[in-house]
Formats: sequence, structure tokens, C-alpha cells
Amino acid sequence: MFDSLSDRLQGIFGRLRSRGRLSEKDVDAVLREVRVALLEADVNFKVAKSLVARVKDRAVGEDLSKSLDPAQQVIKIVHEELINTLGTSAVKLKMASHPPTRLLLAGLQGSGKTTTAGKLAVFMRKAGHRPLLVACDLQRPAAIEQLRTIGRQVDIPVYSIDPPGDPVQVARDALEHARNMGNDVMIVDTAGRLAIDEALMTEMAEIRQAIDPEAVLLVVDAMTGQDAVGVAEEFVTRVGVDGVILSKLDGDARGGAAISVREVTGAPIYFAGLGEKLGEFDVFHPDRMAGRILGMGDVLTLIEKAEQEFDVEQAKAMEEKIRKAAFDLEDFLGQLQKVKKMGSMTQLLGMLPGIPGIGKINADDFDEAEFGKVEAIIRSMTAEERRKPAIIKGSRRRRIAKGSGTTPADVNMLLRQFGEVQKMMKQFAGVGRKGKRRRMMMPDFPALPE
Amino acid sequence: MTELLLIAFVVVLVGMVAAIAIVGSRRRARRRGQVSRSSAPPLQAPAVPKVAPPPQSAPLAEAPPAIEPAEAPPVERVEPAEAPPVEEEISPKKRFRDRLARARGTFSSALSSMLSRKAIDEETWEDLEEALVRCDVGIDLTQQILQDLEARAKAEGVKDPDGIITLLKDELESLLAGQDRSLVANGDSLTTWLMVGVNGVGKTTTIAKLAKRNVDAGKSVVLAAGDTFRAAAAEQLQVWGERTGAEVIRGQEGADPASVVYDATDAARARHADLLIVDTAGRLHTKVNLMEELKKVRRVIEKAGGGLTETLLVIDATTGQNGLSQARQFSEAVDVTGIVLTKLDGSARGGIVVAVERELGIPVKLVGLGEGASDLMEFEPRYFVDALFE
Repeated sequence: MFDSLSDRLQGIFGRLRSRGRLSEKDVDAVLREVRVALLEADVNFKVAKSLVARVKDRAVGEDLSKSLDPAQQVIKIVHEELINTLGTSAVKLKMASHPPTRLLLAGLQGSGKTTTAGKLAVFMRKAGHRPLLVACDLQRPAAIEQLRTIGRQVDIPVYSIDPPGDPVQVARDALEHARNMGNDVMIVDTAGRLAIDEALMTEMAEIRQAIDPEAVLLVVDAMTGQDAVGVAEEFVTRVGVDGVILSKLDGDARGGAAISVREVTGAPIYFAGLGEKLGEFDVFHPDRMAGRILGMGDVLTLIEKAEQEFDVEQAKAMEEKIRKAAFDLEDFLGQLQKVKKMGSMTQLLGMLPGIPGIGKINADDFDEAEFGKVEAIIRSMTAEERRKPAIIKGSRRRRIAKGSGTTPADVNMLLRQFGEVQKMMKQFAGVGRKGKRRRMMMPDFPALPE
Repeated sequence: MTELLLIAFVVVLVGMVAAIAIVGSRRRARRRGQVSRSSAPPLQAPAVPKVAPPPQSAPLAEAPPAIEPAEAPPVERVEPAEAPPVEEEISPKKRFRDRLARARGTFSSALSSMLSRKAIDEETWEDLEEALVRCDVGIDLTQQILQDLEARAKAEGVKDPDGIITLLKDELESLLAGQDRSLVANGDSLTTWLMVGVNGVGKTTTIAKLAKRNVDAGKSVVLAAGDTFRAAAAEQLQVWGERTGAEVIRGQEGADPASVVYDATDAARARHADLLIVDTAGRLHTKVNLMEELKKVRRVIEKAGGGLTETLLVIDATTGQNGLSQARQFSEAVDVTGIVLTKLDGSARGGIVVAVERELGIPVKLVGLGEGASDLMEFEPRYFVDALFE
């Protein structure tokens, strides 16, 4: 359903190009598409409006009709404007000159505050700090227990009081405790609230007053829709917001809320939550987010993950093999395992931009469990069979099927598909030999075998 | 350095494309039914015959919904911090109107500027578009609605903004019409409702409210703490169980949720309970392994004779366009029978459910309009739409 903006714009400009010149009307048509793309990504209505206005100013100023590739030009402008809104680079949290640095987490119910508190603490410890978690959510049943459990899991101290009393007092006592224990960072988890909850908003303001935090960090669910603006406004006026943490960014939400919140609060987005595990948390990268909102994929993160798994020698060796079309099942098995280590396939696919000729690969088509089956089949082959799959005939096939707990038909299918992949690779190799490295980046893939 | 990055990228890309080509097309092929059943992992094969269709499944449709939240008595026990003491009988319509006050504010600010003009012009449509988009209806559906509206206005000769609003209301209501929104229960044997959803939407709280209503209505209710992942999730449910008078069956943290749910189903049957409500860990719909886990939980309920009649997807009203993706994926995995729209008492409007109903045909069955148990109400499209415009 989400065609990426670039596909949409290519379509429009394709039609326009045959006429040769861009009229004002054409530009408007393009901007309408930009607007739709932003709204589909959950960018707030008003924010989208002002963004489009800015894009228009620039598009008119740069005279698109003279551009070689007007679609790319527009996308570049939109991308840049998104980055301008999101902040041009990753920002660091300011630390207190007199420790402890006090960080107060705020957010709606279910935005992920408690988990984020744990993640932030782990992140801070990695950065060489000694964090203390403070449980000030006295509303939700077992919220304190949840934070304590998280603290135990990652071995970070949690300050809480039994039985729970006044959260403002808890925060104040925790500050004292942090000073005594030498914790230089203190992360305060608070009760989730609806933006309209008077009592809880007042309580939040009181906690803020009591501990005078370096930063009030608003935790925003990446899946939030148009209301992100309303929520942010409410927190800004009632409590004040110094920074934003975007949670649940590991799903398939476009995350337009990030733009909305940033525009409303003016506060930087510091971090992003990227998974269920407490280590899956990272500094927020505006440029990558901009790409995501536009459906451009997140190639940079993908490359970063790849770097962690492949060393230079391995990568070179593999490239050599691909170039010589000597990529066999043994190599494939190795690749498969590395790719698996990089994260779930769905997650990786989400970062991949659409491939020309295929478009964006649908994560639906993908069943992680099939990995295991493919792996089992290859593992049931002898070394020779892996190198020369062509020798696999009747009895070998039966043996492999038996060994992997599959059927000969499954084995056949794998072999046939691997054959297709090898053919594909030969085509790459052909491109590579001509020395056009750039072509290798985005080769025109043949249609995938069905 | 860039050269190396390029190489690394190409290598990974190739690995992934190969994986996609091989693994992905297997999946596609299987979907088309080209791969015979024999290719399923043999482990499952012998298990298939054992899963006899639950005996209750036949009379399900006819069975009167024994457990009908709307009919639960409105009297509530005093519960600090979540239920106002003894609530008065408030008409559903009034409750919708009161609780949506906030949402109405934002929605009608765009409308009022439209109403202030005398004639219908370009700006009228822009205002209407803004109003709908800001409800999270989504730009695609909004444009469709407005196109229909424009055609109807022309055909029926409506020329003033007021008339347009009436038409729009009508249009929205008809979009939501014709759905069966009742919660199905088995007449004389155990009924199981499975609750699913992404993280933080309010599954556990919704379960607590459902439990309370049914306990108050004289039903014996068992809750299964199927969220073994999030820290202290079972404790949270336990607290709710104690407050509402429902028994909670739980396992170890980190245990296989399917085994906990199996035990709970067993226990509920042994106790001749009327209703088993199964909590599950929040999960993003994009995580394949977690969705597989959910499928297993569902299978286990059926296998253990739980009499599953409802699989309810809980969606947070603040959710934007991603809600559609959630509904699609959960539905595919566990065949969602209804949606619970929570947190509608905040400033969010939950318009995404209109898109979900329209696109996937899954009815919204319940809405959460506040903290109290009686704030969990049956979804009534007319009140919902009325409340937005009043």
C-alpha cells in the first residue's frame, strides 16, 4: 500500500517528460504527491502543510525543469527539508556539572517509558556512567516490579519504595540516594498518562520542580498518528520537554510522528528504541529517519550491521567468488548465517530500498522458519555436493531429504532456485568485469524465480 | 573506506537477495498451494488428525452471547485510582459524547471554519479533508470519502455546509454499518477469548475490565497470564485478578506462553469456568518469530478444548496509519474476530479503525473510554460519529 514517494514521483515525471516542460500546475501535482506521502507516513497535517510550502519555495527557486532528473531533485529537496526539521546530526545529552545528571522520562500510557528507562540506563553504562533507575510510576499495577526486574536483568540499581508513597518524595529521596551511592546519572520513570489528565500532569510538574532535571525526555511511540502533535503540545506547556526518545522504531511504522513532535517541541530527538531487548537502543540519526519516512530504506544502518558481521578479508573473498561466479552452496550457507546474525529478515528487509524491477520486497512473503529448513537441507549434503549441486540425483536427493527431514521435492526446489541465483550472479559478474563498480550497487535484477 | 563499504554492501545484498529468492519463493509457492502438504515439517504431520474440531464449534453461532459486557450491572466496587466509586447509569450515548469531548474539539475546529462560510467551495473540501486526516482516517480513505461526498452533494443538490456535514455523517455511518459487533460466547461450556496486540496498547487493562464485568455478571472467570516476556506482566495481571475476583493462572517468567495457556485452559475446564481470557505479550506485527509464537498459542487453546470464540486485537486510539498494517498482520496470523479500540478518552480520535473496518472488514467490538470497568463499552458507530460532530 505504501508506494515509496520516489515511485510516485517517477510516475508523474515520466508523464511530464514526454511533454518536455514543467508548468506551475505540474509542480502542484508533484507537491500533492509529496503531501500525500507525508500524511501516509503520519506526519501531522499542519506540519506536512508547512513542509510542503517550504519544498515548493525551493522547488520553484531551483527551477526543476532544468534538472536532469526532476523526480530525484524533488526527493532530494524533501529529504533535505525533513532532515532540517529533524535536526541535521545526532545530538548528545548534556551532563550535569554537578552529578548526578537527572533525566526525567515522560509520556503517554503504553509509549514504552519503563522499557526505555532500562534501555537508557544500559546505554549510559556503556558510555561509562553509573546509572540509577528510579521507579516513580505508582499508577500502573506492578510497574515498580517491572522496573526492578529490568534492573536485575541488566544489573543496574533501582531505587523504589515499598509500599509506594508520594512519587514526588520518592524522586527527592532518590536524588539523595544517588549522591550517596555515587551514581552520576539518575533516570526517573514516571506514570503514563493521557495528555488530558490534570492530576498526573500536575504531579509530573511537581517531580520536575523537586529534582530540577537536566532534561525531561518525552517518550513517543513511533506508531503514533496525528495526535502526536497534541500530546507533545500538552507536555510542553504543562511540564516542558527538553528532548525526545522515539520508541518501537523496529516495526514497520514510517514514524512521521518524529517530524511532528520535533517541529512542535523544537527539542532534539536523542534516542530511538529498536527492539525488544534492552540493548536494542541507539542514538537517533535524523538522516536515516528522513529516508525512512520517505520509504527510501535505511541502507546506512544495514551497512553498519553488515560491518559488524563481515571483516574486510571475508568480504573481499566473497566478492571475488561472486565475480568469478564460483558462489556455491557452502558459501550460501555461510552468508545465510551471517545475515541471520544481523537481525531478523523482516527488519533487514525494512531497511532495504526497493530494488529496481522488483520494488520493495514485501516482508509478508517471508517466513523466518523457512531458513531453518533451507539450512537443514544444505547441512545434509556432503562437501562435494555443496560445491557441485549438479551431481545430486535420485539417491543422493533421497538421502538429503531424509537427513534434513524434508522431501525430495523440497530438495529439488532448493536446487532449482539456487541455480537461478547462480545465473543472477553471473550477470553481476559480467557487469563487474566491465569495471563499472557503480552498476554493481544497484544492478537491474532479473525477475525473481517464482 | 567507502570502497570497503561498497563491497560489504554488495556481499550482504547478494546474500539477502539469494535468501529472498530461495526462502521467499518457497513461501509464496506454499501459499499458492503448489507445495504439497507432505513438505510440511514431519513433526506436525501426525499431530494433525489429533486436532479434532472443538465439539462446541457447531452451536457457537446460535448460542446466545451468555457473556455480554453491555448487560453487566453498572454497580462497581470502590477501586482506588481506576474506577470511580459507584457510577451512575450513564447512557452509552452520553458517555461517548463526554469522553470524546477532547477529540471533538480538534475535529470540529476544522469544521467550524468550514461552517462559517456560506457556500461550498474549494476550501470547504480542504477543511473536511483536514478534519478527517487529523482523525487518523488516512489520506487515501479520506479522499475516497470526499469524492463520494462530492458526487452525492451534486446528485442531491446539497449546497450549504450544514447539509454537507449531514451527508458526511451519513457517509461515515454507512462505512461502519452492517457489522456484527457482539462478543460471541459458548452457551454451556467454556468460552475463551484471546487478546493480542502490539506493545503498550492496553491489553492487560482491557482484560481486567472484561474480567470485572463478567465477574459482576455472575460468571466465573479465569485469566491466563500468557505474557511471559515483559518483566512483571504476570504480577500486573495478578493484581487485577485479585481486584476483580478472577483467578489468574501463571507460569514462570520466560516460560513458553503456549504451555502456560495450555495449563490455564486445562485449569479453566477443570473448574468449570465460564470464561477464560488469555493475555499475550505485546509484539510488533513485523516480528515473524513472535507471530509464530502467537499462532501456537491459538492452536494450543483449540487443542486443549478452550472453545475459542473471539480473538480480539487491541489497538491504541493514538495509532496512526500503522494500525492498518497491525490489523492485517495479526489477522493473517491468528484470524482476528474483532478490534478493541483503547484510550479513546485521550485527545486521539482513532479514525484508523474506519480504515481497518473498511479495508479488512474486521469489526470494532469494544472501545475504551476511560479507566473504569464500565468505560469499556460496545462500539456503537452512530454514537461514535455523532460524538465527533456534536
